[in-house]
Amino acid sequence: MIELVHFQIVSAALLSIGVYGVLARRSAVLVLMSIELMLNAVNINLIGYAAFVDFTESQRAFGQVLVIFVITIAAAELALAVAIILRLYRNRSSVNLDQIDMMKW
Amino acid sequence: MSISLALFYVAATITVGAAIAVVVTRNIVYAAFGLLISLIGAAALFLIAFAEFLALVQVLIYGGAIVVVLLFTLMLTRIEDFEHLTDNIQWPFSIVVSLILFGLISTSAILTDISTSDQKAVDFEVLGRVLFVDWAVPFEIASLVLLVALVGAIIMVRSTGGRQ
Repeated sequence: MIELVHFQIVSAALLSIGVYGVLARRSAVLVLMSIELMLNAVNINLIGYAAFVDFTESQRAFGQVLVIFVITIAAAELALAVAIILRLYRNRSSVNLDQIDMMKW
Repeated sequence: MSISLALFYVAATITVGAAIAVVVTRNIVYAAFGLLISLIGAAALFLIAFAEFLALVQVLIYGGAIVVVLLFTLMLTRIEDFEHLTDNIQWPFSIVVSLILFGLISTSAILTDISTSDQKAVDFEVLGRVLFVDWAVPFEIASLVLLVALVGAIIMVRSTGGRQ
């Protein structure tokens, strides 16, 4: 039988992969993709809890409602991040995160 | 091994394998397609957990919108620039950090004893009532957030925007 811990481990693996992508890659678009992976890990975890933990039905439904909110915020965040990346590319003609340091003192 | 467990292993392998491909590949277009495969694998995981509506939303929004927006970003910037964007010098450190994180989360998940029940689905009616009655105000605020993000994105990329 599938248990809750299966979902938790898949979620932990996706989150760690996303953390590696954010820390190690230099391209801004790849960092954005890694952030999407991490948000997806959160979604898998929430769905696992909603399906397996001993809750009432409206509490299970609340877990799924939280996933809908996460997806909404992820879409808004992606639109803004893409706008920032395009603006940076137009001003600096580069998406290398190591060169974007104008807000560093 | 039951058939649902076998399906779960297939979907989990696809999801995690494609996610690893996203963070290790040199070609950024392959990374975008790896992200698409990983997100659709996650939709399969949602289906295995009986969350049909969210699997549908996942395929529509992530597979249909987010990956396409990322590919448009790659089209509007020059892809050749990404070819020689290598990893940071801190990549061995990043591997250590992510492995430690994975070990920590998975051991605490295995050791914690959560009272689980049999797997149950959520009715669409209950989901709709919870979303549109109990959580109606956050839902409306989320729509406002989307509107603000849309307007902000348009203003930010306008060529005559800002003070120039």
